[in-house]
Amino acid sequence: MLEKALSGSKKYWTWIFILLVFIGIGTVNYLRQFQTGLTITGLSRDVSWGLYIGQFTFLVGVAASGVMLVLPYYLHNFKQFAKITILGEFLAVSAVTMCMLFIFVDMGQPMRIMNVLLYPTPNSVMFWDAFVLSGYLALNIIVGWVVLGSEKNGIAPPKWVKPLIYLSIAWAPSIHTVTAFLYSGLPGRHFWLSAIMAARFLASAFAAGPALLIILALIIRKFTKFDPGKEAVQTLGKIVTYFMITNVFFFGLEFFTAFYSNIPGHMHPFQYLFAGIGEYNKLVPLMWTSVILAIASIALLIFPAVRRNESTLAIACAMVFISLWIDKGFGLIIGGFVPNMFETVTEYWPTMPEALITIGVWAVGLLVLTILYKIAITVREETAGVEIEH
Amino acid sequence: MKIYDGGKILVGLIIFIALFASPFYLNMGKAVAKPELKFDTPEIQQMEKETGKKQCVEPKEFMRAEHMQILNNWRDEVIRSGNRDEIVILGHKYDKSLQNGCMKCHSNKKDFCDKCHNYMAVQPYCWRCHIAPKEKQS
Amino acid sequence: MSMNRREFLKIAGVSTIAGLGGTAVFSHLGKNSLEAVQTSPNTDALTGKQWGMVIDMDKLKSEETIKKVTEACHRIHNVPDFGNPKDEVKWIWTETFEHSFPGQEHKYMSEDMMHKPFLLLCNHCTDPACVRVCPTKATFKRKDGIVMQDMHRCIGCRFCMAACPFGARSFNYRDPRGKDANGNPFIKEENKEYPTRMIGVVEKCTFCVERIEKGLKPACVEESNGALVFGDIDDPASEIRRILNSQYTIRRKPELGTGPNIYYIIGGNDYAVVPEIR
Repeated sequence: MLEKALSGSKKYWTWIFILLVFIGIGTVNYLRQFQTGLTITGLSRDVSWGLYIGQFTFLVGVAASGVMLVLPYYLHNFKQFAKITILGEFLAVSAVTMCMLFIFVDMGQPMRIMNVLLYPTPNSVMFWDAFVLSGYLALNIIVGWVVLGSEKNGIAPPKWVKPLIYLSIAWAPSIHTVTAFLYSGLPGRHFWLSAIMAARFLASAFAAGPALLIILALIIRKFTKFDPGKEAVQTLGKIVTYFMITNVFFFGLEFFTAFYSNIPGHMHPFQYLFAGIGEYNKLVPLMWTSVILAIASIALLIFPAVRRNESTLAIACAMVFISLWIDKGFGLIIGGFVPNMFETVTEYWPTMPEALITIGVWAVGLLVLTILYKIAITVREETAGVEIEH
Repeated sequence: MKIYDGGKILVGLIIFIALFASPFYLNMGKAVAKPELKFDTPEIQQMEKETGKKQCVEPKEFMRAEHMQILNNWRDEVIRSGNRDEIVILGHKYDKSLQNGCMKCHSNKKDFCDKCHNYMAVQPYCWRCHIAPKEKQS
Repeated sequence: MSMNRREFLKIAGVSTIAGLGGTAVFSHLGKNSLEAVQTSPNTDALTGKQWGMVIDMDKLKSEETIKKVTEACHRIHNVPDFGNPKDEVKWIWTETFEHSFPGQEHKYMSEDMMHKPFLLLCNHCTDPACVRVCPTKATFKRKDGIVMQDMHRCIGCRFCMAACPFGARSFNYRDPRGKDANGNPFIKEENKEYPTRMIGVVEKCTFCVERIEKGLKPACVEESNGALVFGDIDDPASEIRRILNSQYTIRRKPELGTGPNIYYIIGGNDYAVVPEIR
């Protein structure tokens, strides 16, 4: 099926070329980082994780959200998702690929990455994260590929994929739960030491992921002959709405606990992120952007009329996505490190090479996504109208 | 059996093999001299003067093939198990250490370690942290 | 031809995996084949079950002693000086009371106390969070309680830095063997008896394990004029236990359950030169 990615319109190739340019720029900058060290990033002794790990965390959520399509279709026989479960699965593949690359570019000694397997350490959450992420990647590649392949040949998928599909449904929340445990099990990081972390991660993931899927579905409908289906988009819109409200609610819980308890250590990160501490307030505008977008997007999404209009739905979804990207891809990580262990403030802001490497990794992810979607859509266009029961 | 695009595949294969094998035929006939390692640092000479012998922790052939394995074992014993038993050679005690053991006799990294490593085109990362002693020659 | 392309690829894939596994087995077999090196047991080492330290601030009053202590540590361990706080590497350093014991300060505390410099280093915790999170066992707890760092194994993921509540860990954001813009090396004078680190690994205080195993006390203790007392906290007869028994001591963030093993005797506020109080 891969050959289907090799023939495309001029627009397709231009897009691929643009992505390759960004991948090239990212690679050059990564080689510089490999040579001179992570000193070329904005990271410091006090803020030792930043943009890379933030992107990783955010994208684990995007990957997990594929289950929001797979589950209704396979467990509840929700027919409207039949055509687009593959989009969820392939989005998961692309997102997990980016996750792994972000971990890789964040490592001080990337050549030693195999040490994680050579010296398996079950008491480390990082070990389990590597395990669940690679498992999830494998599951989605296998399931997506086999189901699409059967569809191309006009036959029902082989029986053995069904158990794998059910496994992948159970597996999806696990990847984001384990990722939340990376943070929520650390003593002394007040911002992260919260039992609701995993739940909040899942809520934000199931809002951001489907929001992205809606946007992708609308783009696909515009540029190809394949229509992901109006009903499917509408249902996704409802999923985004409910989970975005849940996410904001969970965030409110964190806020309440910190400020009603009045425990300084718990309040400080919130103060830093939303008000600044003394002269240190680099993240304040960004965090408020996130808050305003979150509230505004909910204000739009709760009205069925707004959701039914696909243009306004797309705008609201973009707002959800950006809001959650800021919240999880940036604020969440930095809030854990500021103030530091001495209750002093070292600020963080990504540098240019760091940003270019990040864009490079996103370009790799988009390239993987483009190729996989190209294949899926071409198959869909060819088999359009043929109904298969599976 | 018919091969589709047989001609193209054949040309591709030939180019691939030509490139892949280039190190072999480009270097053909250009034998590089085997490295001659030097075992005559002042410390080794002193050992020979005192005991009449030149001796390492294991026989020469074994050391040549397995020294990296010995170093790895020493590393794990010292760092991970805290076992710093000393190595005894001809009645003399040495630290179980690259920097403070091996190099106490082999104080000629350039004529000893590097020569062979360069010949074998290996770049062990030992020296990115461990400090080599001041180069000594006989 | 009976084998199609798909089957060929399957077999090629399987045999590659088998090949990789196979070599691993062989290299494993080879490991045990070396023996018979003559060794002499190391009888010099200080022995203990959980090394710990008391820092007596009553005796640690001169800037000079503090400087001697920190410089000795950083000199013998080839700790680089990158010249900026962002990339900073440090094993032992000072921090004021309010920053060493955040939450313990109050607004009626004397300025002297608030800004009294405390010596900070790795707490060699009884139940260290850094060890729990390390994905490769590069940092681990030794039988004598020292939290050790295996620089050969560290992958530089910095999970331990996120986990340590004491800010005891530093990452090599650049090559410690390198030079600054003016051509001055980051390690001013190398101690030839101790390694440096390489770029991209995490490092911290090791309680001078290389000295303890030669029967010497940690370098900081030796330079401290008696202000730092080192010993086995598990041994009821040790000097350190006698001090803990007779004096009021505090630890940094004990509520987090990591079991820090550095104890502080706070002492009066006679640190600064305040003539009217003296």
